[in-house]
Amino acid sequence: MNLLSDSWNWLADSAHWAGDNGVWHRLAQHVTLTVVCLVISCLIALPVALVLGHLGKGGALAVNIANVGRAVPTFAVLVLLLLTPLGQYSEGPTVVALVLFAVPPLLTNAYVGMRGVDREVVRAARGMGMTGRQMLFRVEVPLALPMIMNGVRIAAVQLVATATIAAIAGGGGLGRIITAGFNLASTPQVVAGAVLVAVFALVVEALFELVERFGPGWLRGRRA
Amino acid sequence: MRLVNGGSGTSPPDDCLARNDWICGEYLSTRRHMLVDATVQHLEITVVAVAIAVVIAVPLALLARRWGWAAGPVLALTTVLYTIPSLAMFSLLLPVYGLSATLVIAGLVLYSLTLLVRNILAGLRSVPEDTRQAARGMGYGPIRLLLTVELPLALPAALAGLRIATVSAVSLVTVGAIVGYGGLGNLIYSGMNTYFKAQVLTASVLCVVIALVADVVLLAIGRLLTPWTRASRA
Repeated sequence: MNLLSDSWNWLADSAHWAGDNGVWHRLAQHVTLTVVCLVISCLIALPVALVLGHLGKGGALAVNIANVGRAVPTFAVLVLLLLTPLGQYSEGPTVVALVLFAVPPLLTNAYVGMRGVDREVVRAARGMGMTGRQMLFRVEVPLALPMIMNGVRIAAVQLVATATIAAIAGGGGLGRIITAGFNLASTPQVVAGAVLVAVFALVVEALFELVERFGPGWLRGRRA
Repeated sequence: MRLVNGGSGTSPPDDCLARNDWICGEYLSTRRHMLVDATVQHLEITVVAVAIAVVIAVPLALLARRWGWAAGPVLALTTVLYTIPSLAMFSLLLPVYGLSATLVIAGLVLYSLTLLVRNILAGLRSVPEDTRQAARGMGYGPIRLLLTVELPLALPAALAGLRIATVSAVSLVTVGAIVGYGGLGNLIYSGMNTYFKAQVLTASVLCVVIALVADVVLLAIGRLLTPWTRASRA
């Protein structure tokens, strides 16, 4: 059990938390990357999914994108982007790769949620004389929100995980502590970094769980 | 192989390797054994991991089905495991397994468990109570009921989970490159460090091809194993 205490000592050493390679800086990078990419992905995926869901078209497209997305290794995409001219910009490849991987779950869940809205309700709304825009924003989106939020949650957790892999390709974030540990052949640092990353991922998952349980009513939804 | 008409005259051996092209026939022919070795390692790790996951997942799902109270903890535990990023998972298992292929396999098993347990359980739960009672009425014992009625009916859902787990596993193997057992991921990793475009692209494409082929093969196996689903659709 020497390793456990060594890892604990690594975490307890305040020198490892400060500075450019310190835990706080890496955590901040990780959070920034995740949030920025989540926002970009939502801005891309949600309007498309809502419009397609409203029109009732493109279901096969959404499902296929999700399936292909699973088959493509994140790591491969990251390295491929790194070798393109995009690689000159420090976080460019990471952001593009992360957005590519967050879009499919957002798209699929939002689309499925929109299609899951009771057709009778939509027809009733139309019967009441609502325009397409009114139906979309007053009826369909509110009813589809639980599924949309579920997609956001999956995307967020996936982003946290993928941002870790970015470290193998020289990006920032918490994964960097692990890769640095490998380079130093310091197993305690590798384990300490892994614990930090795992805890961070679980915290993000827990935050979404809390929002779903206790958040404002419009955000809250039963999980499908 | 492509024919090159030497134009720019930068370096004497003017082939696609020297020019570091993305697509390079020269690379395919000269490094064939390397690609084959990496592909074999990739397949071995994936197949062993998914097979172990199936062997563990079936009893877990059956337990969760038999004792309702077990379902919550089993699902919660596997979901929590799924949340942990792959790089962290492989690193956390490092003290246990060292730098070995077993380490990557163990990580993949843990990931596949979530998808498999969830789907097998959903499949078992979708067996209609009427069907179960009819079988019991015909004198089926619990084991025979499970093997000849419940498990076959749970098969479509279980196979759907197996397909997702396999495709995800194929792409996750690449992360194993960090400990040197990433199959094609190893080639991507070394290609990244040497800026070797052809190697990175070839290995990446092979990964995707393996995933898609595995998906189609499992789909075909599923059709063969569950002829009744085809009959009802026709």
